[in-house]
Parts: sequence; structure tokens; C-alpha cells
Amino acid sequence: MTHGVAQASRAGDLRRRAVGLLTGAGERLLRAWRRIVAAWQRSIQLRVVTATLALSVVVVSLLGMTLLRQVTDGLLSQQRDTALAETTAGIRIAQNQLDAADEAGSTASNLLTRQIVRDLTFRGGAEGNANRPAVLLFRDNTPTYSRDVEPSSVPQQLRDATLDKNSVFWTYTLITYDSEQEPERAAEPGLAAGGQIRTPTGEQYGLYYLFPLTEQEQTLDLVRTALATAGLVLVLLLGAIAGLVTRQVVTPVRLAAQIAERFSAGRLSERMVVKNHDDIGRLAISFNQMAGNLQRQIGQLEELSRVQQQFVSDVSHELRTPLTTVRMAADVLHESREGFDDPVVRRSAELLQAQLDRFESLLADLLEISRFDAGAAVLNAEPVDVRDIVHAVTEAAAPLAASRGTDVSIEMPSTPCVAEVDARRIERVLRNLVVNAIEHGEGRGVQVRVAADDDAVAMAVRDHGVGLKPGESSLVFHRFWRADPARARSTGGTGLGLAIALEDARLHGGWLQAWGEPGGGSLFRLTLPRSDSGDLRASPISLIPDDATGSGLDSVGGPYRRTGPVPAEPTEAGRRA
Amino acid sequence: MKGRVLIVDDDTALAEMLGIVLRNEGYEPTVVIRGDEVLPVFREFKPDLVLLDLMLPGKDGIDVCKEIRAESGVPIVMLTAKSDTVDIVVGLESGADDYVVKPFKPKELVARVRARLRRTDDPKPEMLAVGDLAIDVAGHSVKRDGTAIPLTPLEFDLLACLARRPWQVFTREELLEKVWGYRHAADTRLVNVHVQRLRSKVELDPERPEVVVTVRGVGYKAGPA
Repeated sequence: MTHGVAQASRAGDLRRRAVGLLTGAGERLLRAWRRIVAAWQRSIQLRVVTATLALSVVVVSLLGMTLLRQVTDGLLSQQRDTALAETTAGIRIAQNQLDAADEAGSTASNLLTRQIVRDLTFRGGAEGNANRPAVLLFRDNTPTYSRDVEPSSVPQQLRDATLDKNSVFWTYTLITYDSEQEPERAAEPGLAAGGQIRTPTGEQYGLYYLFPLTEQEQTLDLVRTALATAGLVLVLLLGAIAGLVTRQVVTPVRLAAQIAERFSAGRLSERMVVKNHDDIGRLAISFNQMAGNLQRQIGQLEELSRVQQQFVSDVSHELRTPLTTVRMAADVLHESREGFDDPVVRRSAELLQAQLDRFESLLADLLEISRFDAGAAVLNAEPVDVRDIVHAVTEAAAPLAASRGTDVSIEMPSTPCVAEVDARRIERVLRNLVVNAIEHGEGRGVQVRVAADDDAVAMAVRDHGVGLKPGESSLVFHRFWRADPARARSTGGTGLGLAIALEDARLHGGWLQAWGEPGGGSLFRLTLPRSDSGDLRASPISLIPDDATGSGLDSVGGPYRRTGPVPAEPTEAGRRA
Repeated sequence: MKGRVLIVDDDTALAEMLGIVLRNEGYEPTVVIRGDEVLPVFREFKPDLVLLDLMLPGKDGIDVCKEIRAESGVPIVMLTAKSDTVDIVVGLESGADDYVVKPFKPKELVARVRARLRRTDDPKPEMLAVGDLAIDVAGHSVKRDGTAIPLTPLEFDLLACLARRPWQVFTREELLEKVWGYRHAADTRLVNVHVQRLRSKVELDPERPEVVVTVRGVGYKAGPA
């Protein structure tokens, strides 16, 4: 039992390993292929060399084939002329001999034909001469021939062509040798030529010569090898030349690319070396001009930003000192207002005090906004449980809520919702949202909700006040925007609170969005990525509350997302159960 | 008379206003408007507390702060118009005990001043020990092997606060409340900077503190961890 189990498990193990090996091999192949594709896409040089190689292979083979054909034609036409002359002469001799035999009255015997063949064969050259043609004399279909060749070497087409004609015909053929006589000799290319001989008695003979083309074949082989070698060398040389030439072009281009990369990485003083005034030189000159312009522009912008920051800092200091004095003086007056007999003076002291508060917060907000505008705002992010911030904010807002008769309820998970945020900024955003909700909530309840998922934490503040008209959900974030200019400013807001809150959210890479419907109240949702470098895709809280009537659907605050893809909202999937 | 306060600020209107407010509260203020005139007046006036603006003509407020600290442990409260720059840390490191950011409310300033002068209230005789340090609370002295270690009043308060409850880990917020007198959360850099300053005086090896120990993620406590 255990044995069987062990075997089964071993078999399974083997299978697993085999599958592993296979997939491993497949992966290796895939990786190699990807590497090749990547190199192909990356390197101009590789592409140019490959293209040159391919094209030169085509060109060289065309050229070689043409050359080979011409050489072949030249070689063979010479041989053909000789062969035809030989054949014509042979036919004449044979004709004479046959005519003579005819006149003598004796019909042509096998002896005679053999004699003729032997004579003609000897005419062709000494025995052992490789170029000596073979001679075949057909009487009807019976051949008389030199012993060593197969009569079938004379193609039937040639014999058909010469039939009943007086001229000499020729064709190329393959000379096969008698396997008994010449077992060593392989078939070789040859030229077959021949014509008809007609005796006065009306007998028809076909005389055919087979000229071996071994010598020509050898010459052609030599030429072919030479051409192939030359062609190969030529192709390789062309490839190498293409490589060298593209290298000459690509190297400066690569250098330029490197310098451009370094430049775009922020090393603004990088410049290309101008060696000469060719195309690369022109590229270098115009790149350097562009780089110079960019560097100057960036320098100017940096200077502008620095000046702006300095200005903000100076204004801050210069305004704050007299403001402190005014503030203290007003406080002294306010403290002793009971001692003033004149109610006008008393009221003036109170107004002075109250408006100084507003002035102060306005100044603080303006300075904060200009710090954002100057890009001087710095995020001091550290891991914070946002529930603590919510508690702190709602506690701080409790007196205001009590004075408005508003009940502020909190709904949050019992587990920590930790995110890397700047606690000071998030507290400011939330305070703003909660105070706004209480002030615009018309005494109806305000709900603060906290939720978190793996990527994000969200805080939503819901009120049931006058709400927002369609389109207003984006306007609320504009600086100094008022819902209803005619409405009395009952509260001391600066009109910058939500604009600052939006900037704070952006600084975190988060979203601050508003939803509202007329009479249905509004909801402000702050979504923050859990980690500093995180990217938001969706919020754990739906922007549209469950009790929405739907009349404000079009006012979902889309434009206030900082970057990244638009989350799939509003959808049911986006809602939390 | 609750105490003498030296006001150092180049803005005469603000300096005068500060004088008015402090006099109303029962302090005896004197005003200096140039940085290079501070030290002579300081030696003659012997203030119980210095309100110091950091931007001064004649001599930089930071330098003035260091000079005062070199010869006295008198409480120094900085007046600063820059809330989020390194100036505050630089000021604290050069010896200031606390700071207020302009524009401040008079009550806020008075609370700061009062907190820094509070310690003059009649203390009960009390002897504490941390490590090899002997702390005489009533006598305001800290001794190691009979040798006195000079501490500023704030540093002394900080050490005494920790030494009274050597078993307890104090968060920075608790220390801000107990030592600086802040009711609600304030700048915890105050605590960090002053713990560093205290260590540089009482520790044998400030790199490996044994008297004031950091409890990571929580705060500080007295004695070995």
C-alpha cells in the first residue's frame, strides 16, 4: 500500500518535473525570441545589416546565375559546332559507304554497319580519349554502336525529330554506359546529334553521335564553385560594409540619444560635441540650441518660482508683524470694552476683534494658496490612522455643531485605517469639510464616513442642507466661489477653504470630489492612496449616497481627479455594500 | 510684580504693544530694538524671561539667543513670523525654550510666558535619582558624583518630569503638556530638540543615552530601558 503510494507519488513527481522541464524549455525559447525581437526593434544597425545581407544574396545569386548561363552557353556552343560538323561529316561518310554497298548490289549487312560504326568511331579520336564520341547507327530500330554506351542514351525525341528529314538535329542528353562493359563509369551529360541516311534502295538508317561533355562539365563545376565562393565572400563583405557604414551613422546617433536621455533626466548642462558640419553635426548644433533654450527657460521658471516664494515669505513676515500689533491692540480694547460708556465704541471693539479673526484666517489662506501656486508646498507624509484625524476634527467641531443644533455622527471601521498622509493637511481638509457641512446642513444631521480598501482610504462628509445645483459640484472648489452671492455670509469662511483642500488632496495624489443635488444635500469625498507612491483607481466609498434621488447624477465631480484612469464610477460596483 | 521680561523686537509698535499687554498682566517689561544692544541690557536688567524676535538689526536673533544661553539659563521664547521653515528648529537648537508664531493672540503669548515662569512657584523639597544622577528639585540642581551639571530651567523641568515617574513612558504630547504647558497638541519638534540638548549635558555618551531613553514609536522615559 505504502509502496504503491510512494510509486504513484514518484510518478507524479516525474510528470511534474517533465512538465516543468518542458515549460522551462518553452520559456527559454520564448525568452530568446523576445530577446531577438527586442534587439531587432532596438538596433538600426542590425536591421540595416540584415536587409543588406538579404538584398545582396538576391542580387549576387541573380548575377551568378546569369554569368553561369553565359559561360555555359559559350562553352557548349563551341562544342556544339564541332559536334555538328563531325556529325555532318560522319553522315556523309556513312552515306557514301552505304551508297557504295548498294551499287555493289549487296544489301547492307550487319557487318557493314559495324564497319561503318567502327570507322566513324576511330575518326573521332584515339581509344582512351575521353572526348571521343560514341557512334550509333540505327537500322530500323536495331542499333549498331560502340560497345560501351547504352543505345537508350539517344533520346527518342531526337530520333523522332530526324525521321524523314535531311538535316542534322541535336539535343543534350545523359549518356549512360553499359554496366557490364564499364561498371565504373557513371552516367554523364552529353550532346546527342544525328541525322537520317537514305540508301537508294530506300532503306533508312539513323546515325547518331554522343559527345560526352565531361570536360565542359568539369569546367562549369569549376566556374560554379568559383562564382559561389566569390558570391559568398561578396555578400559577407557587403554585410560587413553595411555594418561599418551604419555604425558610422548609428554611433553618433546613439551618443546623441544618450545625451538627450541625460538631458531629459535633468542634467540640463549636457551638450553634444560638434565635430564637423555634416548631418550629425547639424543635429548636434540644433540639439544644443534646443537644450540651451530649454535650460534658459527652466532656469527662468525656477528663478520665477524662487522669487515668488521669497515674495510670499517676505509678505508673510512684513504683514504679520503689524498684524500682530493690531491684533493685540484690538484684544486689549476688546477685553476692556465693558469699561466703555459709549455702546458705539463697545460695538466697534467687538467688530474690530471679529473682523481681525477673519482677516487673519484670510491672510493665512492666501499665503497657503500662494505657497501651492509657487510649488513650495511640501508633503510631510507619515503613516497615520485617519480615524484619529476624524475623531480630532469632529471633537473640535463639536461646539460649532452644538451651536447649530446639528448632530454629527461617525461611521468607521473598527480596524485601523492607516495611510501615509500629512496629518496636518488632512486634518485641515476634514475640518473644512465638516465645518462646511455643519454650516450648510441647516441643522439636519451630518454623517462622516471612513472606509478603506487595500489601496486607498476614503473619508466622506454628508450633509442634508440645500445641496448643490447641477454643475456646482465643480464650482465649489474655485477660489472665492459662493453658492449664492445674494445670500448673507453668515459664516466667516474665507472662500479659499475648499480650494486649499483640493490642493492638499492633490499633493497627496488623492481625489477630492463633490456630489450634491438641489434640496438633497451634498457629499464631499476625500480619497487618498494608502502609500505615498500609490495610484488611485477607485474609492472605497461611493460618491453618490444611497439616499440620492438621482436628480444630481450629472454633477459627479469628475475634473478633480489628479491623474490616472477615471474610475468606473458611478456604478453599482463602486458602491460599498 | 510677577517677573521681569526683556522684549527684543525691531518693530517698535509691536514691542510697545507687547509691553502694554505684559504690563497689564503684571509683568515688568523692558524693550530692546537692536540685536547688538541686547547683551548689555540683559546683564543690567537681569530679566526672568526673554521674548526674542529672530530678525533683528545689528545682530541676528539666533546669535543673540546663543549669547544669552552662554551666560544664563533664563527662559527664551522666540517670536517668529515663519511657521514652516527651518528657522524654528534652528532657534530651538540655539537655545530657545519655546516659540510663538506671529500673528499670535495676546492670551496665547501670556500663556507661553506664564508657563515658562510658572516654575518659580514655591517647590516642595524633593530628591530624585536617575541612573547616577541626583536631582534636587527644590535646589534646582543636578549632580553626578557630587559634580553639578548646569541645566536651564526648562531642561531641569524636563528631566524632573521624566525622573518622577521612571516607570512611565511619556509621549511627546504628554511632555508638551507637562513641561511646556500646552493644552492641546503642538509642535513635537520642541520635545525632540530639547531632549537632544538635555542629553548633550547629562549623558556620558549622548549617542547611547542612558538617562533619557527613546522608546521607539512612543516617546521617552527616564533610566535604562
